[in-house]
Amino acid sequence: MQKVIGRPTGLTELPFHYCPGCTHGIIHRLIGEVMAELGIIENTIGVAPVGCAGFSLDFFACDFVGAAHGRAQAVATGIKRSLPDKLVFTYQGDGDIAAIGTSHAIHVAARGEKITSIMVNNAVFGMTGGQMAPTTLPGMKTTTSPYGRDCAVFGQPIDLPKTVATLSGAVYVAAGSVDTPKNILQTKKYLKKAFQVQQMGLGFSFVSILSTCPTNWALSPVDSLKWLQDNMIPVYELGELKVAEEVKAL
Amino acid sequence: MSRELLKGNEAIAEAAIRSGCRLFFGYPITPSTEIVEYLSKHMPKAGGTVLQGEDEIASINMCYGAAATGARVMTASSSPGYSLKQEGLSYLAAVELPVVVVNINRSGPGLGGLGPSQADYFQCTKGGGHGDYRVIVLAPSKGQEMYDYTMLAFDLADKWRTPVVILSDGYLGQMMEPIELKERPAAELPPKTWAITGAGSRGKKQNLASYTLTNEIGEAENLRWQAKFEKMRQAEQRWETFHTEDAEYIIVGYGSCGRIGKSAVLNARKKGLKVGLIRPITLWPFPVKAFENMKNVKGILTVELNAGQMIEDVKLAVNCQAPVHLCNRMGGIMPSENEVLRKLVQVFNLAVEV
Amino acid sequence: MMEKILLAGFGGQGVMFIGKIITYAGMLDGREVCWIPSYGPEMRGGTANCSVIVSDEEIHSPVIESADFGIVLNQPSYDKFLLRIKPGGVLVVNSSIISTEQKRDDIEIIALPAGDIANGIGNPSLANMVCLGALLPKMNLTHIKSIEKAIDSVVGKKKPELYELNMAAVKKGLER
Repeated sequence: MQKVIGRPTGLTELPFHYCPGCTHGIIHRLIGEVMAELGIIENTIGVAPVGCAGFSLDFFACDFVGAAHGRAQAVATGIKRSLPDKLVFTYQGDGDIAAIGTSHAIHVAARGEKITSIMVNNAVFGMTGGQMAPTTLPGMKTTTSPYGRDCAVFGQPIDLPKTVATLSGAVYVAAGSVDTPKNILQTKKYLKKAFQVQQMGLGFSFVSILSTCPTNWALSPVDSLKWLQDNMIPVYELGELKVAEEVKAL
Repeated sequence: MSRELLKGNEAIAEAAIRSGCRLFFGYPITPSTEIVEYLSKHMPKAGGTVLQGEDEIASINMCYGAAATGARVMTASSSPGYSLKQEGLSYLAAVELPVVVVNINRSGPGLGGLGPSQADYFQCTKGGGHGDYRVIVLAPSKGQEMYDYTMLAFDLADKWRTPVVILSDGYLGQMMEPIELKERPAAELPPKTWAITGAGSRGKKQNLASYTLTNEIGEAENLRWQAKFEKMRQAEQRWETFHTEDAEYIIVGYGSCGRIGKSAVLNARKKGLKVGLIRPITLWPFPVKAFENMKNVKGILTVELNAGQMIEDVKLAVNCQAPVHLCNRMGGIMPSENEVLRKLVQVFNLAVEV
Repeated sequence: MMEKILLAGFGGQGVMFIGKIITYAGMLDGREVCWIPSYGPEMRGGTANCSVIVSDEEIHSPVIESADFGIVLNQPSYDKFLLRIKPGGVLVVNSSIISTEQKRDDIEIIALPAGDIANGIGNPSLANMVCLGALLPKMNLTHIKSIEKAIDSVVGKKKPELYELNMAAVKKGLER
């Protein structure tokens, strides 16, 4: 029998141990495929933060560095400044990059740091057990907003990719989702372009990806996807939010 | 050899360049700012990069990233900024990355003042960040040592895979003295096989991280770290003695206070008092070995620019062989040599006019 | 031998600069030297000061309780540092803008209108160098020859005209 599909070489053989229905696995696979297709596995260094995304360092076939909560982009900056010929990316949750790490998210974009950041947005702190994140939707129940997010108290959610897109050093900003095969394929294109932008040394590239957290949302995997479609997509605009002139030529 | 007139901060910066450091990540803060300013001017000429981070947290984490690739890297700050670096230092100690971190101590707590201080002694020598860890702390007492110890710091960092802190103060940072710009001494250092340089550089992937998924792994890691700290404790104690051979009284001071203490010793000797001085060069590991034989010593006086911090380590080292007292100033004020001597005469009831 | 010197005035009057010149001169003579500025909020407005130690032997304590020599360029500096000169020491005072009502008879006070003298040679900002010139004959470890070399090394290499100007002012002070 002929094997027509397998694990992309961008991933290690280690089976994912994310919760059932969690979409980290899909996003890992997309990144693994992109690295394999671009032939950059041996030349890429990933930075993992704290949170569920912190598990990612064992699953990718490239070198990885574990960073403190929120600091992945500062760490990536140090790596890139030391090894400008390597491709450097961060893989961070929304509770990381849009909360404790926001200052770095703003400043790598402002500096046009030649790295790629990937934000996996599931609207909660996953690893710590489903607390409110800056991305938690209005009215959404979490363990620290048990009566639903009250925007009078906590404010409105942050749409980080839109904020980042306003900064001149961010040359490619895209927002994808992995809820349907169509969106999965679209997201892969965004990821590929983000890495190509870095290969060309054009500036900072950023891909935000809407993701599910069935465990903390207390929904089945299928219902989680539906919840994402009904509640997150209306709030977090999908598509290429910023494609700078120099990137359009790609 | 030719000497150049440099501020202590500039001496640190020049020594860093001559130690092969080509990456500096920092954030300006008085009285350490000449370090980032000098490097911003001179590092690019040496083919290096100075990046002013968005804050000290970013800067120390940029150091973490650069150190992870095996590069020599440095950051510098002063007390409030050094506080912000503690998270990063804890991670650096856990992942065992060589970084040189300079703290030009100013007075605190809080915003404090810009005057010279040694109030960060505990923070620097007892870990500073979360978790059980220690880092080597070097305490220069003059411009030349700002230069020499910076070179030493890079080698010790590489030798032990550890952050090394240079703890100085605003007085030493701002003071100009003639500096011999020596070449870097040869050192045999282990290869950085742990460095993250891309899987292609070694044919297989490698990680650098400090997360332990089980308590058993957590304990094993802590035992391994502590064993390393114990080796460092045995191997790296450094100190200077000054007229201690026949001393009945010993002044203990580091950095600026070590210098002031030497003047106090010389004044005391003129008055016929047998006073000597021990100047710790490594504050961690604390030079316990310097205090092994205190049987002819009648009393010890520590001189500190804080409420009495190093005195705790001195008492542990002296182990009740002699009484230990404190002479201190705080908030940015330095004692004069006569003030030190007056205190010595007073606490030990010596019949001498100062 | 060790000589300790305090220098003070308004920011912009060049007290740091004369401190550096004396320090540089000492280094060129192969002596031990150290220069300590006031820094931080102290130097933002008001009085700036620095201290210099020139010595034949190693300098241990850099803290100057009382100095052998002083130069003060403005009134607040005079008021602050008059009592910091050792008995038998010398204080040079820019009498153009300083009233020396408060006196000490155990030190030598050289009051000279340095501001006016500097104006006379066309550059009021050289009062500092005039005062330095006036102090030179009193100092044992710092001489005119080494000051010349120091000014040449510090400013003369890049701007020869500044060397001439500064030396002219030093000589005016020296002639007094």
